[in-house]
Amino acid sequence: MKHAFRPLAAAAALALAAGGAHAQNLTIVSWGGAYTASQQQAYHDPYMAANPGVKIISDDSASEGLAKLRAQVESGTVTWDVVDMVAADAIVACDEGLLETVEPDSWLAAAPDGTPASKDFIAGTLTIGGTNCFIPQIVYSTTFGYRTDAFKGRQPSTIADVFDLKTFPGKRALEKKPIANLEWALIADGVPGKDVYKVLATPEGVTRAFAKLDTIKDQVVWWTKGAQPPQLLADGEVVIASAYNGRLFSAIVEKKQPIAMLWDWQAFDLDGWVVPRGAKKLPAIRKYLRFATDTQRLADQAKYISYGPARNSSIPLVGKHAKLGIDMKPHMPTNPKNAKTILLFDYVWWADHRAELDERFNAWLAK
Amino acid sequence: MIESGSSVVRFDRVQKSYDGETLVIKDLNLEIEAGEFLTMLGPSGSGKTTCLMMLAGFEPATHGEIYLNGRPINNVAPHRRDIGMVFQNYALFPHMTVAENLAFPLQVRRLSRADVQARVERVLHMVRLSGFGSRRPAQLSGGQQQRVAVARALVFEPALILMDEPLGALDKNLREEMQYEIKHIHETLGVTVIYVTHDQTEALTMSSRIAVFNDGVIQQLAAPSVLYEEPENCFVAQFIGENNRLQGTVESVDGAFCRVALDDGERVRALNVNVDGEREPTTLSLRPERVAIDPKGEAADNVVSGRVEELIYLGDHIRARLTVAGNDAFIVKVPNAQGHASLREGARVRLGWAAEDCRALDAPGTGSAPG
Amino acid sequence: MSTTTDRVMRTADGLPLKLSLQKALARSRLRAALLVLPLLGFLVVAFLLPIGDMLFRSVDNRIVGSILPRTALAIQGWDADGTELPGEAVFEALVRDMQAAAKERTLGRAARRLNYEKPGMSSLFRKSGRRAKRITGPSWRDRLIGIDKRWADINVWRLIHRESGALTGSYFLSAVDLSLNDRAELVRQPEPRRIYLTLFGRTVWMSGLITVLCLLLAYPVAYLLATQPLRVSNLLMILVLLPFWTSLLVRTTSWIALLQTEGVLNDLLVFAGLISEDGRLQMIHNKFGTFVAMVHILLPFMILPLYSVMKTIPPSLMRAARSLGATPFTAFVRVYMPNTVSGVGAGCIMVFILSIGYYITPALVGGRTGTFISNFIAIHVSETLNWGLAAALGVLLLGLVLALYLLYDRIVGIDNMKLG
Repeated sequence: MKHAFRPLAAAAALALAAGGAHAQNLTIVSWGGAYTASQQQAYHDPYMAANPGVKIISDDSASEGLAKLRAQVESGTVTWDVVDMVAADAIVACDEGLLETVEPDSWLAAAPDGTPASKDFIAGTLTIGGTNCFIPQIVYSTTFGYRTDAFKGRQPSTIADVFDLKTFPGKRALEKKPIANLEWALIADGVPGKDVYKVLATPEGVTRAFAKLDTIKDQVVWWTKGAQPPQLLADGEVVIASAYNGRLFSAIVEKKQPIAMLWDWQAFDLDGWVVPRGAKKLPAIRKYLRFATDTQRLADQAKYISYGPARNSSIPLVGKHAKLGIDMKPHMPTNPKNAKTILLFDYVWWADHRAELDERFNAWLAK
Repeated sequence: MIESGSSVVRFDRVQKSYDGETLVIKDLNLEIEAGEFLTMLGPSGSGKTTCLMMLAGFEPATHGEIYLNGRPINNVAPHRRDIGMVFQNYALFPHMTVAENLAFPLQVRRLSRADVQARVERVLHMVRLSGFGSRRPAQLSGGQQQRVAVARALVFEPALILMDEPLGALDKNLREEMQYEIKHIHETLGVTVIYVTHDQTEALTMSSRIAVFNDGVIQQLAAPSVLYEEPENCFVAQFIGENNRLQGTVESVDGAFCRVALDDGERVRALNVNVDGEREPTTLSLRPERVAIDPKGEAADNVVSGRVEELIYLGDHIRARLTVAGNDAFIVKVPNAQGHASLREGARVRLGWAAEDCRALDAPGTGSAPG
Repeated sequence: MSTTTDRVMRTADGLPLKLSLQKALARSRLRAALLVLPLLGFLVVAFLLPIGDMLFRSVDNRIVGSILPRTALAIQGWDADGTELPGEAVFEALVRDMQAAAKERTLGRAARRLNYEKPGMSSLFRKSGRRAKRITGPSWRDRLIGIDKRWADINVWRLIHRESGALTGSYFLSAVDLSLNDRAELVRQPEPRRIYLTLFGRTVWMSGLITVLCLLLAYPVAYLLATQPLRVSNLLMILVLLPFWTSLLVRTTSWIALLQTEGVLNDLLVFAGLISEDGRLQMIHNKFGTFVAMVHILLPFMILPLYSVMKTIPPSLMRAARSLGATPFTAFVRVYMPNTVSGVGAGCIMVFILSIGYYITPALVGGRTGTFISNFIAIHVSETLNWGLAAALGVLLLGLVLALYLLYDRIVGIDNMKLG
């Protein structure tokens, strides 16, 4: 009986291999909504047009990406091929050994002028937090928006204004996490931006940050999902809110809400691709990634959503919004006008202190 | 009008409708004396239970007034009527012990603890359940539950007890035993009991008077023997005991008697009880045990012929089914006495009976009935 | 002897009766067993295994031992209670382990594991792991300390020593705001970090209040459902079940639209002149919002068991009580209510258990004071990947539920519970 099956199994394997050569499915996990749509238009559609044998299947479960990825890798049943992750999650996943390592210059296309990928991507983004699993696509920022009809006279323009309830009364919305909020609190309290982590590394510094947050605690609505802060602003529930800059762009430009950007000390962050460790179609995955992260493709994505490309060579190619026809450059977080002061997260420091500060932050919230 | 004050319960022109279209009780007038055991007997849907519910206060009367001890009670809440009630499925409180069930009506009347205990003991003794006080109802047999239900309705010494088909859930032997027990309690305590049942044997056994209900109307209200011997209309004759019916037309009325032509042309003399007049249809009612086979000429006022269809041997008597005047369900009970007539199926025989035993009543469907 | 054997009942052909009976029953028993086998298999795979896995993860500590095997072995001989750093052999073992782990890319896991116990271990290992490649010989100790002077801190070694065993209690300690200090003594977390006991407490009392509110609201509704004629009660039942068929997220979001400060309810109150424009009420993103949304969402779970119990209470029971002289109120309290206890118990247990495990609704409307312990379990599962702590919190929650269940059994009796 056993032997009788052997030729059959061989035939099946052959059929699979042959089928794989003709039509290959790639499962790409992303955030859904407008973001996946921008990737579909900028990356997936052109790639499938150029490679008729490949079919890209979108999976919108990136918000549970980390946990599901770990479950897949631990159980040895990796069904995802490429996953979209924010940098912080990618660092955790890479540390946990859940991701393939990326060799930038052999995996990724060089810039049109020949600059190798490792030099062309914005410095440090390929090795964020000391890892080497992450291919950044976009630079986004968590920054502030405020209601233009909330204040008479002077409008808020600095991070200190966010903490100034006297001049700018009204509710604030902040993300329910310590990261960014602690840094902003220290900067608003007068700590120079470059010294933030030095101060935060001391117990007194942490206490100082929380003390500053205490001054607005009663006036803060805490959000957990990216869609919440623009909605809170639009409903008039809050007058100033931290939010992802793309969400604010959509509320201001596409939905014409009375909201304006406050870019001061915007917290830069990255979103990009990772490959689960043990992914079965590595050659096909690499082929796709080489295409999807080349200079033109990253610039194309900015036509559909206001996040900045992570390659230096893409930045000049950013053009007009695909539907509205407006120039996207002024809305990019990387635009020099917007990026006068920026906060760069120290991911290594956060890896050390996240657990501790999460607990402290939530204990502080509960009081 | 009935004079008020002398009776425990009085229904005065009571009507009841649930849907505003049909009356389930049509103009009920009824007076119940103290100490009476009155049974409301009738088929289901005849209005007897509705009557009871109106009396207990769970259904309002649509029209008319009900008096309890001379007092109108239409606007008195059920818990202030002081009427004991035994329900169809006993309605014992499952979460309380037997003693707690019995103590309940006393506690809500705020009797002292000692008083409550003494009365519970007494009533348990009366229903022969001493020692069962700490059991739960679910741990008792059907008969025992029944006795608890009766005890609970009695324990607060109401002047009036209502019983709504209380024995319906018991098997035959237990039912008969309980009938005597309830009757015994009634006689001992002298309370007034209004009892609802659809079982005529039960009604005949226990009652001092029976009100036969049909179609929202009391068809006849009388003592058991009167109901059996002298039914006033076709429904009562048929509902109480076994009955032979013969259809005919009144030919002439002659005082207390009348002459009736049966459908097959034979003529008989009958007691004029409830006929509409000459040339009107009538139903003759005749008890099976009052019919003689092969009468010795002089003993019978009426002699007709019939054909034996079926014989059933029942030991003390033989039950014969015959066809008489077109009715093929005519029953005659032939006593299994010495020298009784010997019958064969298919044989033609002569039947005879006295004119007083044959009651000329209303024809079914004409709807004439006494109020 | 012979008398006893004679007493054994035998079948017609001489077999002992008991044996014969067993044989006759064995086949039907086997058939019954085969029938439940698929369900049993499903339960094992879909329920018991995951729960077992979760229970185990809360104490599983194989990370350090498996990633740093040489170190785990070598450090056993070291006296952790002393004041001396471990010997050269331990340092060498660690360097070799780090070199191997860096190649396997597993060092990050060990680093993250140890960082739960002592902030800073993550960066220490990451940095050392990168540079350990270059260490090839003695003195292992000096060269490692040369990379980062924290390796000269005896407490780092005490931690490695402590956490190199296969099992750990530290997740459970963290879950109740305790920890082991550098000398492995049990201490409370520093005050600003204590969070989980507060959350457990809040989860329990808020769930309790939600259960009580559900009971108060559901009781009359269930009573109506059980006593109204079929036509009316069917309509009511649809109204009760309608929310069941609506997405949880939609219902929660609707409450936000209704209750927020610029929301419908506040607008109405301002319009009616009951509150001023500046005095708009904060009814969402706090405990109040959590109460309202949770009670609304869990109400059917209270109504249905109550209804199913009330449906079985014959109307004659209340009539009997009335006829025995009880006022409507007394009859209700002394006769009707005690007979609904099984439904009340079932509904309360159901709502309470669902409530303490809820996380989407508290996360969306709870703000900073209305979130539950389950929100933290979710965070540790999906964001921090600290599944050990998530499992420990989950086990405590499970224990809490079981304890309540047993308490209920003691007081009311599980047999009395009617779920539907």
